[in-house]
Amino acid sequence: MWDTIFPYLLSGISVGGQYALIAIGYTMVYGILRLINFAHGDVFMVAGIIMVYIAASGLPLWLCIPLVLLITVAVGFLIERAAYRPLRSAPRMSVMISAIGVSYMLQNLVLYITGGLNKQYPTIPGISDTVAIGAAKTKVVTVITPFLVIILVVALVMLINKTKIGMAMRAVSKDFETSQLMGIKINNVISMTFIIGSFLAGVGSILFFTNYPTVIQTSGAMPGLKAFVAAVFGGIGSIPGAVIGAFIIGIMENIIKGLDVILFKAGVISAPLGLATFSDAFSFALLIIILVVKPTGLFGEKVTDKV
Amino acid sequence: MNQKKSKTPMIITLVLVAAIYVAVFIAEQTLPANSMLFTVLKKGATYALVAVSMNLLNGFTGIFSLGQAGFMLVGAYMYGIFTIPIAQRASVYQYFDGGMIQFTVPVIVAMILAGLAAAFFAFLIGLPVLRLKSDYLAIATLGFAEIIRAIFQWNGLGPITNGSNMLRSFPSFNDFNIRDGQGNVTVYLSTLIPFLMAGVCILLIVLLINSSYGRALKAIRDDEVAAEAMGINLAHHKRLAFCVSSFFAGVGGAMLAMYQTTVQAKSFTSAMTYEILLIVVIGGIGSVTGSVLSSFLFVACSEWWLRFLDEKQMIGTFEVPLLRNGFRLVVFSVIIMIVVLFFRRGIMGDKELPDLLSRRMKSEGRRKK
Amino acid sequence: MSENRNNVLKLENITMQFGGVVAINNLSLEVNQGEIVALIGPNGAGKTTAFNCITGVYEPTNGIVYFHGEPIVVNHPQGKMVKQYAGINGDLYREKKPVAHTPDRITHMGIARTFQNIRLFKSQTAFENVLIGTHLRRNSNMFTATFRLNAKEEKANREKAWNLLEIVGLAEEGKELATSLPYGKQRRLEIARALATEPTLLLLDEPAAGMNPQETDELGSFIVDIKNRFNLTVFMIEHHMNLVMDISDRIYVLDFGRQIAEGTPEEIQKNPVVIAAYLGVEEE
Repeated sequence: MWDTIFPYLLSGISVGGQYALIAIGYTMVYGILRLINFAHGDVFMVAGIIMVYIAASGLPLWLCIPLVLLITVAVGFLIERAAYRPLRSAPRMSVMISAIGVSYMLQNLVLYITGGLNKQYPTIPGISDTVAIGAAKTKVVTVITPFLVIILVVALVMLINKTKIGMAMRAVSKDFETSQLMGIKINNVISMTFIIGSFLAGVGSILFFTNYPTVIQTSGAMPGLKAFVAAVFGGIGSIPGAVIGAFIIGIMENIIKGLDVILFKAGVISAPLGLATFSDAFSFALLIIILVVKPTGLFGEKVTDKV
Repeated sequence: MNQKKSKTPMIITLVLVAAIYVAVFIAEQTLPANSMLFTVLKKGATYALVAVSMNLLNGFTGIFSLGQAGFMLVGAYMYGIFTIPIAQRASVYQYFDGGMIQFTVPVIVAMILAGLAAAFFAFLIGLPVLRLKSDYLAIATLGFAEIIRAIFQWNGLGPITNGSNMLRSFPSFNDFNIRDGQGNVTVYLSTLIPFLMAGVCILLIVLLINSSYGRALKAIRDDEVAAEAMGINLAHHKRLAFCVSSFFAGVGGAMLAMYQTTVQAKSFTSAMTYEILLIVVIGGIGSVTGSVLSSFLFVACSEWWLRFLDEKQMIGTFEVPLLRNGFRLVVFSVIIMIVVLFFRRGIMGDKELPDLLSRRMKSEGRRKK
Repeated sequence: MSENRNNVLKLENITMQFGGVVAINNLSLEVNQGEIVALIGPNGAGKTTAFNCITGVYEPTNGIVYFHGEPIVVNHPQGKMVKQYAGINGDLYREKKPVAHTPDRITHMGIARTFQNIRLFKSQTAFENVLIGTHLRRNSNMFTATFRLNAKEEKANREKAWNLLEIVGLAEEGKELATSLPYGKQRRLEIARALATEPTLLLLDEPAAGMNPQETDELGSFIVDIKNRFNLTVFMIEHHMNLVMDISDRIYVLDFGRQIAEGTPEEIQKNPVVIAAYLGVEEE
């Protein structure tokens, strides 16, 4: 029984860690701008595509990785500058529509560049190798992901709690207008948020695509949506919440993927039910339940409207 | 008291619409049937209906829903399931012993069923979702569309939905052409009929928008608190708008099935919803005329006018750079971003054709004085 | 407080607590048929919160609201509030079954209101704003309305809306966008819109805010006028003391969520507590 579940659990933890890195970008941007950054999943996908092309150019890998992260950060920064900043005083819906427009544009741009073909993600020596853990065989990346995520999250929390820019971020997310009046340079804080978010999405993409080594223009849509669900689940605006939410969703989703096999081997069912179809749908069902039962998520703060 | 509204702009609008229908009919009889124009008109009519139905929610009621693709999927499947001829079922449902349903209904009945099924799903989804606020509602409806997609792809429902396999062989737009004994087309109706379908549905939506209920919906959009203080039951009216919008999205889904001639759940992704949302934004949030115009423009650009961008073009011996497959969509996205960023009111803002005409007439009248 | 069959609105021990903050503490008051009653008090005293409790926007933590003798809001501290409750008389209604209505139900019963920060439907004309107020007394349903089977009702509603506009002096501006009107006219439009819902009790939240002295004077006689014409009872929050003293039959004074005085305008003007808490500080 355990032997059947374990591999699914393992890949669940790994995928969960990758979702966590994307989810942080969502939750930080939402915390500060109250914007669902629909393009964030596509930034993640773009990071994957950039890696494909940079690696193909023959650069050594130790140079590729920082270069990919740098370009991803630049992309995230530019998106905010070009598509969100001009709408700073516009209604929230306009910004959200702009985010959807950016998502559409990034996907079409990648479609144009790749010709709509699946691109093979380069193998990164060291983390693409296979290791055996007990009876299960998996890639090294599966094992290192949760640890890397924890290190990055701790670093991020330190940044937010200990540094000046971190303090500014906290102030802006509490009260946008007042912190502006108190002399905080809002635009710098927002840029910083996008830089951090894109950086983590870049790291996430390296881990994710090492596991699922093909990239196509739509590769970012699903992981993006699920990471957003994770952010809502954990309580939007809360970084630990997003991380925990992401791990829960990653694990649940992989268990459902293997549910047919698990139930079959346990003798509960005699024929496969095709439940794997619902592995994506499950995340959304969870999202809706959370939104209805506890809209502020596991760790979110309550906000009240004033009449 | 000048409370009577001038009727002239309204009449001009009706005449214009009638003229368009006549033009479509004449064009269809005279131009070659495989002209790109008809592809654009058929798909444009379908998208126009779906865009207007989305506008009813996002533009007129202020409910930012992103579930349109899900409701279209329900409609498309209902239409397909109930109209595939009995003789074809064995081959369509080849993995499910010919499927469970062994009867067909007329096209018009299937379309209404498509709408009703979508409205029913909307009713269920609305129970939890409509209580949510703006962007949470958007993401929850998006999630529901994905759940619907998973359900329809599930092999467990295969005898009804054909699982993840496609539905085909149901009546398409081309089957509306009238043929003689030899199978030659005598009267072309394959464009006029979708125009009529979309036209009737959009007319119903316009009538609703301009009724007492439509005013209540606009009041909710403008200010929920004030609307409630005016005695408007928010839950009831939002549910009505959600179900009506989904009904027409379902009918639009059925039309899309007829246009495509096949239906497969995996094509009804959130990307489809985004596309329709962008159409609504380009047309102007809160303008039916805008949504209709922008649907045809959108389809014409993506299927026809910008096609040349996808192919190599030579000017003399000079090959224009960048042009290859996919460039059209890039140009297209850039145009959309320009509209979203700099022309936020879209083509029409929240004005309708009669509004424009009456303003025109007013300013001319002033000039005469 | 004596039983008075004549009262239209009666608040009994209303307490509204947000988290640990008690916005209204044990407020009891009555408004009788045909009266104009004012609720005054410094900013943040809880006046608008009281309106929100009556109209169903907020659910008070404790207390009862009667409208024409019927309890329309009943509540006692529940859940977390049992422990947190910091008001008075928390045990009084423990046995009563809570009653709560959405604002639209309350409006249906005959209480209409205006808002402190004007809330007109911004994309609609003045006429349409009033017309929306007639929607709740409709006999039509969505189908009859869509297919125009309610033409008679629609016509009657339109006439009613124009009449109301004329009464509030906005017939000329009917076709203008509501939010393009000057401030004073927007306030009148809000009143016309409230009247369209056919209320018996009208709640006015600072109707004279932002008006100049002359407009304020006109507003006073206007309120008296519509009160008589539509057989209304008026309960209003107002800061302009001239207006309050001119037209109110009685006045309640609120400070820090508590009622500190009640009486006729003359009594209130002489009341030392009121002068200390309110008039003495904020000269009007």
